[in-house]
Amino acid sequence: MLAKRIIPCLDVKDGRVVKGTNFQGLRDMADPVEMARFYNASGADELVFYDITASAEGRNLFTDILRAVASEIFIPLTVGGGIRTLDDFDRVLKCGADKVSVNSGAIADPSLIGAAAKKYGDQCVVLSMDVKRVDGQFRLFAKGGREDTGIDAMEWAVRGVENGAGEIVLNSIDTDGVKEGFDLPMLDALAARVGVPIIASGGAGKMEDFAELFTHPGIDAGLAASIFHTGEVDIRSLKQYLRDKGVEMRL
Amino acid sequence: MIAIVDYGVGNLFSLVSSLRALELEARVTREAAALRAADRIILPGVGAFGDAQAKLDATGLVPVLREEAARKPLLGICLGMQLLFDRSSEYGDHPGLGLVPGEVTDLRADLEDPSLKVPHMGWNSLRVLRDDPLFRYFRDGEYVYYVHSFYAHNCAASTLAVSQYGNVAVTGVVRSGNVWGTQFHPEKSGDAGLRLLKAFGEL
Repeated sequence: MLAKRIIPCLDVKDGRVVKGTNFQGLRDMADPVEMARFYNASGADELVFYDITASAEGRNLFTDILRAVASEIFIPLTVGGGIRTLDDFDRVLKCGADKVSVNSGAIADPSLIGAAAKKYGDQCVVLSMDVKRVDGQFRLFAKGGREDTGIDAMEWAVRGVENGAGEIVLNSIDTDGVKEGFDLPMLDALAARVGVPIIASGGAGKMEDFAELFTHPGIDAGLAASIFHTGEVDIRSLKQYLRDKGVEMRL
Repeated sequence: MIAIVDYGVGNLFSLVSSLRALELEARVTREAAALRAADRIILPGVGAFGDAQAKLDATGLVPVLREEAARKPLLGICLGMQLLFDRSSEYGDHPGLGLVPGEVTDLRADLEDPSLKVPHMGWNSLRVLRDDPLFRYFRDGEYVYYVHSFYAHNCAASTLAVSQYGNVAVTGVVRSGNVWGTQFHPEKSGDAGLRLLKAFGEL
């Protein structure tokens, strides 16, 4: 059977990995190529890179980094951040990305998902969503979690999958940075609506949080950043721990 | 030199990089002379069978591939592996290269558990049924990375290794004479995948 996946996420700005709490107060961590090597050696099942650079200069730096990582790390690489057009897909795929994650770009232009799925295949298109509870509804947020779109997140996910998104990253703004576990009610609500793999993001603080996550059968992967970056949770120990708990893991 | 057949399907960045990391000389090409001069050939591919088959036909390389497959090791990867078979039922009925006996059919149709997701995407353990020089550096049960919705069927005689997905033993590695195929992506399967490519480079 398929192993559950453990995925470290690297937010890259101006060539450096950064990670904030609740999307604010970014803190410089390390060199992305070094970190990718480290995570590959630790048994990470996939790497996600988010380009959070605004400038064209930073964007070029990002694709250089991506190319350097893809030249020596042979596990799936997902790239997101600033993906607004098919040209953006093309740019990162040519540098070695396997999957491309769209978020605000798909909100601004919902036809992007379908066009990309048609050109590159469903398996290449990852729909990333930042979601927060507002008035009892799971609400889709844009622009790194700063802007309430008013859109029902679950409806948005269903539409995205219909249009060809092959995987969903669900990031709960409510649990992000809190480190008390993934947002299981939100994840369950999504799993009940879509049949594509779901990557849980936001809230992991310790190994037990991943064990609890994978008792929910609709969830395929757990994604985190700072707890891996700071060494609070070591990926190899985490995967051994999960396998001991009966979760299928690639070790 | 390993010739990687370039017929406009898929992204070859990782494949080229992985061979380079193994210090195996590789050349992406659509020239018949390069395929003839190569020590071995890799047929890559992602996407839909019919479209890929049409693109491969359009290169005019099919007769060359057939000739060279009788002389030197050929490895088909993912859709490139599926193209090796007699036919595929993906969006219609399409003839393949017929280098490995069998057909390519919809995985969903054979899965009893409807909650299993298709594409079969992610890391699955590869169980070796029959030893082969391709597994020289591979340990039985290691995980490899799959992304596919169709799979090779009725090919038991050439199947070397499988991965279990629900009730289906997904054909993972096949061999018929000089022709090998992997349904998974060795160039995305971490260290285990690199070791398979290393062994291919020594066949």
